[in-house]
Amino acid sequence: MLHNHVLSVAIWLPILAGIIVLLLGSDKKADFTRWLALAGSLAAFFATLPLYTKYNFSQGAFQFQEIAQWIPAFNVNYHLGVDGIAVPLILLTSFTTVIVVIAAWEVITKNIAQYMAAFLIMSGLMIGVFSALDALLYYVFWEAMLIPMFLVIGIWGGENRVYATVKFFLYTLLGSLLMLVAFIYLYHQTGSFAILDYYKLPLPLNAQVLIFLAFFMAFAVKIPMWPVHTWLPDAHVEAPTGGSVVLAAIMLKLGGYSFLRFAMPIAPDAAHYLSGFMISLSLIAIVYIALVALVQKDMKKLIAYSSISHMGFVTLGFFIFSQLGLEGAIVQMISHGFISAAMFLCVGVLYDRMHSRQIADYGGVVNTMPMFAAFAVLFAMANSGLPGTSGFVGEFMVILAAVKFNFWVAFLAATTLIFGAAYTLWMVKRVFYGEVANKHVAELKDLNRREFLILAILAVMVIGLGVYPKLITDFTHVSAAQWLSHMAVSKLPIAGL
Amino acid sequence: MESIQADLITVLPELTVLSMAMFILLADLFLKPSNRVLVYVLAQMTLFVAAYFTISTHVPTVGYAFTGMFVDDPLADVLKLMIVLGTAMMFVYTRQYMQLRGMFRGEYYALVLFSVLGMMVMVSGQSMLTIYMGLELLSLCLYSLVALDRDNAKSSEAAMKYFVLGALASGMLLYGMSMIYGMTGSLNIAEIGNVLQESNTKNPVLILGLVFIVAGLAFKFGAVPFQMWVPDVYQGAPTSITMLIGSVPKLAAFAIAIRLLAQGLYPLTADWQDMLLMMAVLSIAIGNLTAIAQTNLKRMLAYSTISHVGFLLFGLMSGSLNGYASSMFYISAYVLMTLAGFGMILMLSRKGFEAENLDDLKGLNQRSPWAAFLMLITMFSMAGVPPTIGFYAKFTVLQAALQAGFLWAVVFAVLMAAVGAFYYLRIVKLMYFDAPQENAMISAPADMKLVLSVNAIALLALGLMPQTLMQICGVAIGASLQ
Repeated sequence: MLHNHVLSVAIWLPILAGIIVLLLGSDKKADFTRWLALAGSLAAFFATLPLYTKYNFSQGAFQFQEIAQWIPAFNVNYHLGVDGIAVPLILLTSFTTVIVVIAAWEVITKNIAQYMAAFLIMSGLMIGVFSALDALLYYVFWEAMLIPMFLVIGIWGGENRVYATVKFFLYTLLGSLLMLVAFIYLYHQTGSFAILDYYKLPLPLNAQVLIFLAFFMAFAVKIPMWPVHTWLPDAHVEAPTGGSVVLAAIMLKLGGYSFLRFAMPIAPDAAHYLSGFMISLSLIAIVYIALVALVQKDMKKLIAYSSISHMGFVTLGFFIFSQLGLEGAIVQMISHGFISAAMFLCVGVLYDRMHSRQIADYGGVVNTMPMFAAFAVLFAMANSGLPGTSGFVGEFMVILAAVKFNFWVAFLAATTLIFGAAYTLWMVKRVFYGEVANKHVAELKDLNRREFLILAILAVMVIGLGVYPKLITDFTHVSAAQWLSHMAVSKLPIAGL
Repeated sequence: MESIQADLITVLPELTVLSMAMFILLADLFLKPSNRVLVYVLAQMTLFVAAYFTISTHVPTVGYAFTGMFVDDPLADVLKLMIVLGTAMMFVYTRQYMQLRGMFRGEYYALVLFSVLGMMVMVSGQSMLTIYMGLELLSLCLYSLVALDRDNAKSSEAAMKYFVLGALASGMLLYGMSMIYGMTGSLNIAEIGNVLQESNTKNPVLILGLVFIVAGLAFKFGAVPFQMWVPDVYQGAPTSITMLIGSVPKLAAFAIAIRLLAQGLYPLTADWQDMLLMMAVLSIAIGNLTAIAQTNLKRMLAYSTISHVGFLLFGLMSGSLNGYASSMFYISAYVLMTLAGFGMILMLSRKGFEAENLDDLKGLNQRSPWAAFLMLITMFSMAGVPPTIGFYAKFTVLQAALQAGFLWAVVFAVLMAAVGAFYYLRIVKLMYFDAPQENAMISAPADMKLVLSVNAIALLALGLMPQTLMQICGVAIGASLQ
């Protein structure tokens, strides 16, 4: 029975767990609440494992499909299914939720149950986004996800949290409402909300461009692409560590994934038509935002800008339309999920001890926290794309693909290897090396067992994927090829008809 | 004789409300203040009996009574049921509030029942005369209800304003009706439609009549540019009365809009479409933008109502069965949301304290997580964020408008919806992100807590499973407008 409902279980189990935590947990029973949330997140993680073990790697079509009538009045179905692009992202989501729950263990002391429940529910909703094959179902998950994140940043965030969270919500909402208009338009064209019907719908170029731009508004904000990225540094800086981790590791990927699932296959001709524009925006993100990252004084802000810059690689990989570039972009998404999560957790470790994110407040941390410094340097290297870490694989694949596409595009993209190393390593130098800067740093205690555990798991993942990226490309290979063959066929109505 | 009997059976729900309202008015004279709760029980029983009769006399076809003055179709039955049940919920929410303020009197219940009767007559009006009669009965009751708190200067001012502007609007509506009557020679809705279909619809008198009718309707809805009364009356009236004005009468206003525009004046669709389009776009813009600047919760909800009316008009102006059904779905969702929103204000109020400023919601999550959660659902529903019913409400009207070809109006509306989300978010912010200003216990009777919880959870549940309500609206509209 449950065998055929892997995706439904993956979506609803964490949501149910969240509701149970909300009902049973409280600040008075703090430890019980934490263990309950951990059990829920672990159960949810194991529920997603069949996606890995039972996945048919030789098939590009959607697997684990489930379909049931939902709103017959508008021909809306509860239709789920995943391909090789979605599965790694779903696994990343359920994995990250476990990490977030453990990372919050002693850090969150106020409204613990609500905090844990928010992340569990959010995890279910995000898996829903990755697995929905019905546009309205997808939209419901996509928007509903904003509510817990809005609360997470607003309740447990830093000083300027209200501004940051309202900005986050309104930016995303505005973009997605335009996407809703596009969905309604497509519904009136096809009489259904099935994404697979949209793939087959022929559309004239001007309609495709408008649809593409509507989707662009929604997804570019989410990824985020320059120039609609400004909510991200604010949200990251103010969010609690867990919020930053989920934002960087998963929410940004939702935008990338949605480009692959919606904007591009539904309007392939517009995607080709606008590819120069999209590549330009990606390059601006890669180069300009990297320069912006270089001058940041706040560690979280620096990592936030670095995320935007790395996501530029993802969109660049999409819009050069080659197998290597696309797979590189997907590998980059997953790898960035682990690396950015690790980086934000590292900042969280420091912030919990010093209550400061300013680079200037630190110096010589390696003297007092050697174990932590080892991890942090590893993740920093991965962030700047050191071979042997997962950060290298995706960037390298995208740059290789870009060289075949256009030398100068590849050249500009490759500058990231310099800039990325510059801003990350410079931060590491200022924070970790040198003399012990002040007496607060001198009193720092090294990692406790809980912190060691989560950083060690992430380190294993980062190196593992760097050495053996086949784990991901096994999934993406067939699906990416299929996606490209779909993109190669024009959907324009035949001229003269 | 037989036909009279059949007529009377058709109006059984109305008769119930009428006779019980008069009985309550009389019985109240002989009741000691301590036994006054009996009036409450009687009023609730009346509503449930009326609901029972509405369901039991329901047939899926269109029937007429009183020589075609009164229509009993599925649309009327569904709307009546919503009106009656909505009022019953309102009675539950307002009981303690009225008791604590010395307004727990027989005339409150009698007046509300009379206004319910007025709404039921409006909903079933098949002749312009019936519609007008019902409308006046409703309006007169509402004017006096606003002034129920006699010694409150604000209430009296609001009542006066409401009365003067309302009477003007009624006059306009009546004037328009008289012109249509002059041009068609009939008061009967169906007949007007038949006559107009065969005559020249470019006649200026006809158009002038239409303008007056649309203006009158817009006033009753509170659509821009006839919205001036809404914020003042919402703020000035006792919260329980604001709740009444803001909720169920909109169902009746929707019904007469359908009767007059879609059933009677449908040959003029192209003309009223343009008028509704302007009003819809302006209502959404002005409602949402002005709401941002408000500090008074009731006033903010008033502007929010104006914007909701704008969305409702998007469905109406589509001029299709799909559009009318989506409007009906919207208005049902709106009534549920309004009841929950004002229910929460009533629950937070206590003796000598009106929770009507935004700041009164500060830190509600720490005082009562459950109450904050219910209000959270209500606010996200009003903002139209899934998975709440408010999202599907906006979705259905927007798809109807898009189908009718109003692409840019729809794009404008969604941009304004994002603006509107801001002030609903601010309430969530106050409840969840700010520290409480006071720590008074929330004391509400158990029945109120229960009904309010069900009400707010319904916004979420109907958002997960919107099919049933959509189907009810679709079938009711489909069966009543052939």
